[in-house]
Amino acid sequence: MKYIVCLKQVPETDKVKINPQTGTLIREGVKSIINPYDLYALEAALRMKDAYGGEIVVVSMGPPQAEEALREAIAYGADEAILLSDRAFAGADTLATSYTLAQAIKKIGDYDIVFCGKQAIDGDTAQVGPELAFRLGIPYATYVYKLEIRDGVLFVERNLDDGTQVLKLSLPALVTIVKEVGEIRVPSIRGKMRAKKAQISVWGGAEIEADPSKLGLNGSPTRVAEIFSPPPRGEKIILTGKPEECVKQLCEKLKEVIL
Amino acid sequence: MLYPLTEEQEMIREVARKIAEERIVPVRAELDEKEEFPRDILKEMAQADLFGIFIPEEYGGLGFGSFENCLAVEQIAWGCAGVATAFAASGLGAYPIVLFGNEEQKKKYLPQIASGERLAAFGLTEPDAGSDASAIKTTAVKDGDYYILNGTKQWITNAAEADIYTIIALTDKKKGARGASAFIVEKGDPGFSFGKKEKKMGIRASTTGELILEDCRIPKNRLIAREGMGYIIALKTLDYARPGVGALAVGLAQAALDEAVKYAKQRKQFGQPIINFQAVAHMLADMATQIEAARALTYTVCRYIDTKPKDFSKYAAMVKLFASDMAMKVTTDAVQVLGGCGYMKDFPVEKMMRDAKILQIYEGTNQIQRNVIARELSKEYK
Ligand SMILES: Cc1cc2nc3c(=O)[nH]c(=O)nc-3n(C[C@H](O)[C@H](O)[C@H](O)COP(=O)(O)OP(=O)(O)OC[C@H]3O[C@@H](n4cnc5c(N)ncnc54)[C@H](O)[C@@H]3O)c2cc1C
Repeated sequence: MKYIVCLKQVPETDKVKINPQTGTLIREGVKSIINPYDLYALEAALRMKDAYGGEIVVVSMGPPQAEEALREAIAYGADEAILLSDRAFAGADTLATSYTLAQAIKKIGDYDIVFCGKQAIDGDTAQVGPELAFRLGIPYATYVYKLEIRDGVLFVERNLDDGTQVLKLSLPALVTIVKEVGEIRVPSIRGKMRAKKAQISVWGGAEIEADPSKLGLNGSPTRVAEIFSPPPRGEKIILTGKPEECVKQLCEKLKEVIL
Repeated sequence: MLYPLTEEQEMIREVARKIAEERIVPVRAELDEKEEFPRDILKEMAQADLFGIFIPEEYGGLGFGSFENCLAVEQIAWGCAGVATAFAASGLGAYPIVLFGNEEQKKKYLPQIASGERLAAFGLTEPDAGSDASAIKTTAVKDGDYYILNGTKQWITNAAEADIYTIIALTDKKKGARGASAFIVEKGDPGFSFGKKEKKMGIRASTTGELILEDCRIPKNRLIAREGMGYIIALKTLDYARPGVGALAVGLAQAALDEAVKYAKQRKQFGQPIINFQAVAHMLADMATQIEAARALTYTVCRYIDTKPKDFSKYAAMVKLFASDMAMKVTTDAVQVLGGCGYMKDFPVEKMMRDAKILQIYEGTNQIQRNVIARELSKEYK
């Protein structure tokens, strides 16, 4: 089995502020981390490797310093890492990102399952996974927390608002992973030692035979018009005390509002 | 940096710390309360390669030494001394094989211990043989290609949980300590069973229990080294393991200090944080100083052991003695700094104080450590 995990280095968003003038993120001085959902995707792949064997290739599109995230992935147990880095990739929206990743994954070839996090915590679009599956022409399932292979077919369980859905997918397939997949393991000492020494390939536009018009800003039809904080939601009241008392208080409040 | 570490040593420290913070601290109170063996945590530690730190690479370990192992023990003990005891006891069980096992025994057992797939334990103590280990009564009688073992081992850490036991038994009763031999006994060997699990004051996440050998029949190739080597093997094993108790004490005491300082800065009485009162502040200063002294001694002796000196009993005993007395004092003072909260189970320091006590008792009481040190002194000043 060959598993590919797509991961993105993101700013630790709970520490990021938005510049009110330009509407862009102020990234200076903010630590970069692996997108938390991508770590769950990696954990899902590691569990598949534990269960069925095989190798894990991690792929990340980003600036040269994203190499750090890939080394971390190797410490967790990934076998190989490829950094997609090129000035031409900069400014990509989800369309250009999925194009770039798809070109790279086609070049890697011979894969069985592609893992993505359900979304990235900086952009929060949740689009790259499904777009990537479309570009690769393979079936996909989003919000997956459990995977199993039976007779060469992939069975997944996915979280929906109103319940759980079990899907059967032919391989190769793509899944986007949610945190219910389980606790992320602690990187091993051997993994960390390997990560330090690992050779990380860097691929640019030429290596993945990309059409320059589909890369980065050129290939991104989306433009951010404005970024603003949503208006506050109004006052929140938490009722405390015995349930009966809370219900009584709640009725009073509702009466106030409605009448 | 006060203690310069290589990149690899730093990695070992980091991995152990992460496990302590993320896996151990959130559940330690519950493990303590329920006296529950930390299977899942040990599995996670195994997966992270911690069990193989001091085991040679050719037998599936990482090939580091005492110092690196102590870095890991210290951090795990910072999380919970009970979990650290279960972890360190597997190392204690492995040392006789690492130090004295033959090629065949090393090949068979060490990879299993290094991967954490099987836990080890060390069985020396008996009802009538505590400080006086030469008083053991367990016997091993040769019978063709087998040894038949009879006797009871008491207060053995990881009893029933471990798969591989190194056990000291008499092959020649007449010779006393010189008639002792070391054997590898496996869970499932005929005639080998487990007695009662003890209820303890502290380190309650670790299991302490009885090993019962009733006509326990083991192949003769389970003998470690030669007949008559048992007492030497036991003493050498303890020499190697004692600095581990030191590291455990340092980690535990550090955790207590961390809690005490945090609390003293935030708790207000008489209109100000209690750390402003010199009586409290000086207690914290003394705790920190004592911890640093114990850590320096532990690290220094571990690094010395890793230069493979012929004899280091005195230094190993000093580490065990000094660090465990320090941990008892520091954890007791931490309870004092927290006042009433320190006495309550809602705060972690009462457990730390209960946990600290065992460090002055097991692997040779601190009185015995002083005997060892004094005996060496007397030799040196002949
Ligand atoms: C939780 C726990 C885990 C343990 N794990 C293991 C294990 O994994 N494997 C194993 O083999 N053993 C284990 N032990 C046994 C432990 O090593 C012994 O308890 C210890 O060596 C002391 O022996 P004792 O309890 O019989 O005390 P005793 O020897 O009866 O001592 C009682 C008191 O007399 C003092 N004393 C005795 N002789 C002298 C002397 N000559 N000079 C001065 N003072 C003396 C002692 O210091 C002590 O204060 C464990 C014990 C405990 C409590």
